Order: sequence, then C-alpha cells, then structure tokens
Amino acid sequence: MKVSENWLREWVNPNISSDDLVAQITMAGLEVDEVIPAAESFSGVVVGEILAAEPHPNADKLQVCRVSDGSEEFQVVCGAPNARPGIKIPFAKIGAVLSADFKIKKAKLRQVESFGMLCSASELGVSEDNDGIMELPLSAKTGEDFRAFLGLDDQIIDVDLTPNRSDCLSVAGLAREVGVLNKVDLTPVTVQAAEVSITDTFPVKVDAIEACPRYLGRVIRGVNVTADTPLWMTEKLRRSGIRSIDPIVDITNYVMLELGQPMHAFDLANLNGSVVVRMADAGEKIVLLDGQEISLREDTMVIADEQAPLAIAGVMGGEGSGVNEKTQDIFLESAFFTPLALAGKARSYGLHTDSSHRFERGVDASLQEKAIERATQLVLDIAGGQVGPITQAVNESALPVAAEVTLRRQKLDQYLAVSLNKDLVTDILTRLGLEMVEVTDQAWVTKAPSHRFDIAIEADLIEEVARIYGYDNLPSSMPTAAVNFTPLSESKTPIQSLRAALVSYGYQEAVTYSFIDPNLSKQFLPEIEPVPLENPISADMGVMRPSLIPGLVKAYLYNQNRQQSRVRLFETGRRFIGTVEALDELDQQLQISGLIAGSRHPEAWYHNNEKVDFYDLKSHVEALFAVNNGGQPTYQRSECEFLHPGRSADVYLDGQFVGMMGELHPQLAKSLGANQTLYVFDIALEAVLNATLPEYKAVSRFPEVRRDLALLVDRSVPVSELEKVIVESAGDAFKGVLVFDVYQGQGIDESQKSVALGLTWQHPSHTLSDEEVNNSVEQTVKALSEQLGAVVRG
Amino acid sequence: MENLKQILADALSAVEASESESALDDVRVHYLGKKGALTALLKQLGNVSAEDRPKFGQLVNEAKGQVQEKLNARKSDLAKAALNAKLATETIDISLSGKGEEVGGLHPVTRTMERIESFFRGIGFDVAAGPEIEDDYHNFEALNIPAHHPARAMQDTFYFNPNTVLRTHTSPVQVRTMETSQPPIRIICPGRVYRCDSDQTHTPMFHQVEGLLIDENISFADLKGILHEFLNVFFEDDLKVRFRPSYFPFTEPSIEVDIMRTNSKGEESWLEVLGCGMVHPKVLEMSGIDPEKYTGFAFGMGVERFAMLRYKVDDLRMFFENDLRFLKQFK
Repeated sequence: MKVSENWLREWVNPNISSDDLVAQITMAGLEVDEVIPAAESFSGVVVGEILAAEPHPNADKLQVCRVSDGSEEFQVVCGAPNARPGIKIPFAKIGAVLSADFKIKKAKLRQVESFGMLCSASELGVSEDNDGIMELPLSAKTGEDFRAFLGLDDQIIDVDLTPNRSDCLSVAGLAREVGVLNKVDLTPVTVQAAEVSITDTFPVKVDAIEACPRYLGRVIRGVNVTADTPLWMTEKLRRSGIRSIDPIVDITNYVMLELGQPMHAFDLANLNGSVVVRMADAGEKIVLLDGQEISLREDTMVIADEQAPLAIAGVMGGEGSGVNEKTQDIFLESAFFTPLALAGKARSYGLHTDSSHRFERGVDASLQEKAIERATQLVLDIAGGQVGPITQAVNESALPVAAEVTLRRQKLDQYLAVSLNKDLVTDILTRLGLEMVEVTDQAWVTKAPSHRFDIAIEADLIEEVARIYGYDNLPSSMPTAAVNFTPLSESKTPIQSLRAALVSYGYQEAVTYSFIDPNLSKQFLPEIEPVPLENPISADMGVMRPSLIPGLVKAYLYNQNRQQSRVRLFETGRRFIGTVEALDELDQQLQISGLIAGSRHPEAWYHNNEKVDFYDLKSHVEALFAVNNGGQPTYQRSECEFLHPGRSADVYLDGQFVGMMGELHPQLAKSLGANQTLYVFDIALEAVLNATLPEYKAVSRFPEVRRDLALLVDRSVPVSELEKVIVESAGDAFKGVLVFDVYQGQGIDESQKSVALGLTWQHPSHTLSDEEVNNSVEQTVKALSEQLGAVVRG
Repeated sequence: MENLKQILADALSAVEASESESALDDVRVHYLGKKGALTALLKQLGNVSAEDRPKFGQLVNEAKGQVQEKLNARKSDLAKAALNAKLATETIDISLSGKGEEVGGLHPVTRTMERIESFFRGIGFDVAAGPEIEDDYHNFEALNIPAHHPARAMQDTFYFNPNTVLRTHTSPVQVRTMETSQPPIRIICPGRVYRCDSDQTHTPMFHQVEGLLIDENISFADLKGILHEFLNVFFEDDLKVRFRPSYFPFTEPSIEVDIMRTNSKGEESWLEVLGCGMVHPKVLEMSGIDPEKYTGFAFGMGVERFAMLRYKVDDLRMFFENDLRFLKQFK
C-alpha cells in the first residue's frame, strides 16, 4: 500500500523524522519497500494566471500569452491548445529548474521573446497527463510557490503489508499503528451522518446472507458527475497510485484509502427492480468495467439487479451499471463480504483489484456505516445532490464476533524468556485497542477491537507484545539440550564421499532443472510418460524429468557451444517416474548421474589427445561402488533406448538392477547436435551409499607366485567368463587374476581375440613349489579349453 | 726413511691428481701392487737392523694405509662427481604442469548447503529429506495455510492437479518428521524447492535449508541466539543482525532476519537473509505434538542467496546454466 507521508501525518503526527518513521514501521512488521518523492525536485515554479493569449504571428500552433505571477506580468510563448485567458497554471519563471539539465532561460521562439514556461502535469512529474498545460483551480493564489500549493514536499511510503495485517490497508489503519508505536493520539476525520433530504430508497435483497452479512445502500439524486475532483483529492489518490476518473469513483476510492472500506457506486438509472446479493448461476455472463466478458461460476457472489449481474461482489463492477458521464442519480454501496467468501475468487478469474485485495484479507465489519456517511459527505461537497436514507441488510449471526483471548503470564514469560512488567504489557495491549476484560498477575483476558480480527489465540497476543516491545529488545540466548550420542555408522557412505570421488576424477558438479522439455524426454525415453506440470513456467520446462541424463546432455551442449570440449559433469537429484494419481507409488528416487566427453586427460604437453571411452566411464562407476567397499556390481548388456546397443551396460548389485551406463546412442547424440561421443551413467544413489565394515584377514608371509597366460578365445566370450572359470579351477592357493592385455586384429583369426592374463598364487602356510603351481596352471588351462574353447597362444 | 716419506708424498699427490677410476688403479698398482713402491720397501725389511725393523715395518704399513684411505676417498669422490654429471644431463623443466587428472569441484549451491549443514550437525541437528512432488496437505494445510489463504498467493505454486504440487518449501519434511516422532526434534531439511516465478532475481527452482527445533521451554531467545550465531559462523564475521516482525502462517511470532552489509562506498544497508519464527501452535497440534507442553522454532533460508553473498555471485541464473567457466571457479 502506497500512502503519502503528509496524509498520514494529517492523522497522526509524531515528533520524529521521516527516516525514523519509516524505520519504525518497518521494525513493527509493516515492511517499507520503498520511499519515493511525491514529485520531481523542480524549483522556481509558481501559480500563474493567463491574462491574455494571442496567436503567434509566425506559427500556427503557438500562442503568445501574458502571464501574471501576482506581482509582475510576463510574455510567454506556449504551444498548448488549452492555454487561454482566465485560467491558472503552473508557471516556471526564468531561473526555474525543472530537472538537472532543464533550466528555464529567456528564449526566442520564431522571433517572439518568451520569459518562462507554462507547464503540463507530466513535465512536473505530478501526473502522466501530458494533455496540454495543467489547469489549477481558480481559487489557487496567484504567485504562490507551486510546490507549496500542492504540498509536493512530501514522500510516498510504499508499505509491503503481510496478509495478516489488512487492518493497515488504509491511512486510518497505518495511523493507528504509528499512534501505538509513538504513544501519540490520532486526529481522525470527523464523520457525521449526512442530512437526509429525500425519502428515495432502492430495494436491497441479500440472498447470500452468510457471505454478505452486512449490506448498506443509499440513493443520492442529482449529482454533478462533471464537477472537478478537487486537487487535494486527486493528489492524494495519485500518491497512492490511483488515477482520477470522475468525482464519484474518486470519492469511493478515496474512502477506501482513507478508512479501508472498498465501496462501489451504481448509476441508479441502470438498476432494474432491486439490488440482489446472490451467488451467480453457472455460466452467467458479465462484462466487467475493464471491458472483458467473464463467464461466472456458482461459487462466485454477485451484486445483481432483477435482470442480470451488475458486479462481482467485492471484486469489480460491471460495465453497464457504473457511473458514467450521463449519470444523474447514484446508488452507493458499502458492504461487508466475508474473507472466506471472497478468498481466491478474484485470482480464479485472473483478476486482482484494490477491493478484492482488502476483502480477501478482511475488512473491519463495523466500518460500513461510517464509510457510507463519509462518502456521502464528500459527494455532497464535491458533486452536490439530494441524499436518501440508508438501506441496511444485516445478518448479525454471520458477522464476526470479537473473541475473548487470554494471555497467560507463564506462557508469555516462557515464549519470550523474559518477564515483562505487568503494566507494560497491559499498556501495550490497551494501546493496540484491546479491551481488558480482566487483568490479574496470572493473565490478561482481552477482547480485540473489530479491526484486529486477526487476533484469535494466545500466540497472537504474544506476538503483539513482542512486536511492540521490539524484537531487538528481547533477550538472546543459547538453548541447553541433552547431548545426543548416536552410533557412528560405517554401513552407510556419506554422499559427500561419493561427490568427492567424482570430483577427484575431474568432474564438476552440475545442478540442472527438475523439469525438462517433454519432447526431450520422449527422445530419450519414448516408453515413459513423464509427469506433466499443470502450469509450467514455459513449454520447454513442462514435465518432471524421468532421468537426469537429458539435463546433463543439455548442459554438455551448452558448454560445447562455448568452446568447452572436455566435459565431466555429475549431478545428484531426484527423477520422477509414475503418475501423481498414485502419489504414494510415484518413484521420486535419488540418482547419481554423470556425463563425460572429450580427451581422457586435460590437454597438456605430455600426451596424445586420446578420447575417453566406455572404460573410462566404467572406472568412474566402479569407483562409486568401491568407496567404502560398497559392493561388487555386475554388468549386463543394456537395452536402454538412449544408449549405444553395443557399448552400454546395465548395472546390478546383489542381483538388483541399479542403473545403467554407456555411450549415448550415436543417432540421438547427432540429432541433439553433439559433435563428439558422449558417455553417461545413471545409478540409483541408494545403491552406492552402501558401505561394508572392513574386516582384517591375516597377510601370508610366504611369497606370491605369478604366471602369465596368453589365450586365444572366441571374440564373443566376455573376459569375465574367462575370469570366472579361472577362479573356479585354479586351486586353493589361487589369489587373483589380472587382465593385462586384450588384442584383436592383424595376426589373429578374425573370429578370435587374444587375452593376456596374470595369475597369482600364494599359500597361507608354505612356499609353493613349482610343481604345485604348474599343476594349478595345467588344470586352469584345461578348464578354459573345455569350457570356453580357449587355447594357449603358442 | 727419507725414502719412505718421499714415496708417501708422491703416492698421495698421485692419488690427488688422478681423474678417473683407471688412473686411480694405476696409482694403486704403482704404489701398493705386488711390485709397487711401498710393497718394495717392505721387501727391503731384511736390510734393516733388527732393532729398527719393527718400527720401520710399522711406518711402511701406516703409509700403505694412508695411501689406501686416500685412494678410497678419491674413488668415492670421482664416483659422486660422475653421478652428478650424469644427473645433470637428466635435468627437466620443473615449471611444466603435473600429469594426470585435474581436480573438479562441487557446485556452489552444494558447497553452501554443506556449510550450513555442518553448522547445524555440529549442534546436534539431524538432516532429513522428503519428496519433492507433495500433496497439498503437507505443503499447505498442515502448515496452517488452508485453501485460498492469501498466503498461498505469496508462493506461486506449481501444480500437477488441485491436490498435488511441487513443494514450495522444504517445510513438508518438517511436517512429516513431526508426524512420525515426538520431541525433542532437531532437524534441518535441505533440498530443492519450486516456485512458478522466473525473472532476473527468481528461478523456478532453487534450494532451501529449513530447520526445526522443538522441545520443552524453547523460547524466542533461543531462536535469536542460534540464528545470530549461525550467521556469524557462516560468514566468518561478527555481523550486525536485526530481527524484524513478519508473517508466516506456520509461525507466530514470525520474524525476518536482516544482516547489515557495507558496500564498496562504505554505505550500510540491511539485507534480508532468513525467515523464522516460533512454531504456530496449530501446526504442532495438527502433527500430533502438544503445544501446551512443547514449543519450538523453525527457520528457512535460500541457499542461493547465501551462496551469492558468500562467493560474490551477482547473477542468480548462473547457478543453473552449468557453464563450466562458472563451475570451475568452485574447486
């Protein structure tokens, strides 16, 4: 809410500076977003009067005016068509400064001398209005400094109010708060009941008696809608960010800003039969003030007449029923709509108005009569007319009742860790307008004023006391709590260790969005229907990612386009597979995923530029499992759609599928624009968080014996099969096998490959003899030959 | 006798003058060999009077020892010099880079989150996690934000359907913890959160760390103490901090915490860094905790905001572009 400081100080004027005032209300929980000067910092402008205006001898569109500043007369050339004798205008005299680079000097326009400038409202920054020179009321005193005349040495305070403090969405409300903080009395406007001069009423029928417990209406006949809204009012409206429309609309807006009661005025001539406050029929249409047609729902309250809806209650009026330039008689509305009835309604139609903003958060339910009288008073002052009596429809049972709320001394002390003086607490609560039903040493029994309908429970009172006392004045301490001793588990690997492992392999951690382009999702995983968002930020962020890989590939492409060719990225985060209709079964599993591409080593002076391949990636995946002995994964050919069918693997741990890895499918990589081969892995985080407690086994004191075997075997036989057979057949003293070369190509049959293996034996209790080892080798070679057709290379 | 002295002096200087192992060997043969000069002297022992013989023998042997010693020393010097000469030819340029992998780095958001976590772990908080696709109840209702509450407009929510949302904060994890355990509760909930908002200063996804402490007799003073200490520790500074009243539906009193920042011109200004408050009694009650017996406080902070302050990042969007030129600055 934006409000002029001067206006606020009309209501409450503590003896503190503007800066202090702003700081004070911010620290009371009414956060000031911004403080803006009410006008540009011009000087040297006075109220002038045009005494005469003659056509310019050398220019059709210019006039030569004689302007008085109250003591002297000046010749001023002016281009505004509305410059004419008799009007009063802002007159920038020679020497006036309109802005840093705009000083008024003596000038010659088409050979005619000009001593000063007549200003438009926009030139002075007091309005957007650029329609000719600004016309001031004739009552303005010629010669008076323009800033003083409009009270422009003022600032606009923009308060960002939290939803619970709608009581401060008015000058009256902010003034109340400032009064409490400074212990200063208010000087509110006096509102007197208008003198009723006619008996005319218009029937009001409230059907929605729960949603609209109070509806006040009044007929005023013979208003002059062409009267000018006084400058003091348009200026206040302007400083609150509201444009002047016509005197009646301006008055309803003014009362809303002043007292906090949104109001509406209908053209009586456009009302048929009676005003009916009811829920809309489904599909009923209304054209709103802003010109858009809306199809209403049944949960929406409308103000209707006997033919059609005239307004969405508390949100916006209709086009056909409002005040217009032909209006003579008006029907003023001042109602209380319950917050519950209006909550979310405006938003559901894509609307948000000053009125809906207030009603949704809550309006003082006792304010309607005061507001309608205040508006009546202003209508009479500005637009004249004859006033009819107020028509009221009230449903007492649905009106809010101020609750009795008790604040216990013991709770207050415990919450705030300090025992505040009883009189101090009583004083704070009283200043806030709470009625003290009973005050004892143990408790304050209170009743909140009608404007503080947000106060309903004890915690509300604790907050109020703390707030007014000042959060910064309350003590600060460290809690004492029992020390918790939890076992230091070694059966889980902290995620930090896994991240550290990848970082040591040169990976940078990425964070990609959890929502991706549905088309991208389909390109990677055509079989999976990704979970769509109802209101995505944009189409290319439309679905929840079923895998982290598409996001990493996109991150790769981003970097490829920025000349980064060696890329290693990983990410941890959730992937989403399933449907929100079965939320409990929706898979929101945490994954650890990575992507590598480019040279194996950072480009440097010591090596050729070998590219990474499947086995680089595999060593990284193996490392994830190796951290803290996380278990021995096994690998099987993968059928994952987005991976190269011959260069990809599914990863299993203890027989469970836990992820996959491999070369990104070349066709996919190409279609996405990758200019080199990408390798990716995607593993369930849970699978690599396992850890096994190390258990010591005695180290043999006897020497280890190694024998190397070079085998020829069919290409289709995986080396893991060779290893398996070796483990089974190499005897008790067998220690391990190492693959130290694999070769296929020239010199070897096309269907075969050569595999070189280093086998080691070691006995726990004696030195192995040659014979023992030879026997083991023989057995092994035999088994390899029988089971896999492997032959020792000659 | 004179002869012995002369031979010894000659031998020692010959050793000194030798420049190779073979030259040294020649010297050895020449003086100590079977036909060497000193050996020859010993052979003359028979010509010496019986009285002087032992003395003479001793002197010759000493001279032999001296020469041998000198030979050894010279030999080792020559070997050392030869090695040094060889090593000198093996000199490399030590200014070239090392071989092998260059170390990567963590994302600044993770790095920041781990700093925050480590403070709270250190004072006995556990880390809790939960789903990101949440039901309306845990994200809103259980936090005292009923349907159509104006506070819902404070958080632009991503919906899947009217009852399912992307969590707008990590508070649902707190709710789930309260539902399944009784105080004392000390947890922090780091993670991704989502709001339907995207501009210079908002990204539709960001990270939060929220925390919750519930026990008997937890007060506003405890909240102030812990959070002020946290900020000092995180920023490694003795910060000026202010606690400003605010509003969140799930806490009361509600607080926003500002820290004083000084810009390069020396101008001071307050900057909001966290939201917090005493847990609303309704929130405790809804999750099965007796608000008469227990009180607690909750707090939440935007990780990106902390990362930006800590590492002087001035563009929020950099966090999600995954530009290696940005990421590699965080080693």
